Amino acid sequence: METLFFLIITFVAIVSAILVVTCKNPINSALALIMTFFCLATYYVMLDAPFMAAVQVMVYAGAIMVLMVFTIMLLNIRVDATKKHSHKLIFGSIIGFFTVLNLVVVLVKSRAALPTGPYSGEMIKKIGHTELVGREIFTNFLLPFEITSILLLVAIIGAVILAKKKI
Amino acid sequence: MENLNSYLIVSAILFTIGTIGVLTRKNVIVIFMCIELMLNAVNLTFVAFSRHLGNLDGQVFVFFIMTVAAAEAAVGLALIIAFFNNKESIDVDDVNLMKW
Repeated sequence: METLFFLIITFVAIVSAILVVTCKNPINSALALIMTFFCLATYYVMLDAPFMAAVQVMVYAGAIMVLMVFTIMLLNIRVDATKKHSHKLIFGSIIGFFTVLNLVVVLVKSRAALPTGPYSGEMIKKIGHTELVGREIFTNFLLPFEITSILLLVAIIGAVILAKKKI
Repeated sequence: MENLNSYLIVSAILFTIGTIGVLTRKNVIVIFMCIELMLNAVNLTFVAFSRHLGNLDGQVFVFFIMTVAAAEAAVGLALIIAFFNNKESIDVDDVNLMKW
């Protein structure tokens, strides 16, 4: 049953990812991308990471994609159906083919290591995923977490300066 | 579902689709969305390995990747708007000011 569900979600994710690349209108691409993000959130739930799924929906499908749709509407670009691609379609296909070949070889030839960490599925279900991730962030990863705030500050200042006509 | 390989295959396919989109499309915003797709494929790999290894470090890294993606979206879209104000176009082939 769960395998069937996984296959359905995979199908939707891949079809919408292909639609992101092939749609003529950027708005349609954005909607297809939101669909892919929801499929990824479903994967996170299946991987016992419900908090990541919530963050995925809120940050990606909620914040980033709204920003992109706003930009698309703000720029008001006409759909140019005649020249969607530049002349590198074959080149891109070759690169994509070799990428997927490489990944398949790596996946077939390798074996993943055995579980080493303490966080099993039962433990995550018992204590709660949010609490475990919170503990991890605020103990072992405290310094990177603080540095993240500086990154966001720099991004805010940069976006304001770039978007202003006159400073 | 505990099978690691199926998640890795999905992630590889999504990453490849994103790569092809970045390499072949002309619209800057679509290229941007394909970059987001690639970042999400990597996030899926991180979470799958984190679950498989029983170690939450990978999921913390996904948080940082999401932060970087948000910052990238803000700055990148500001750049696209500035470029559109200058050139009246969002075609990557028109970005040739520094071409020698």
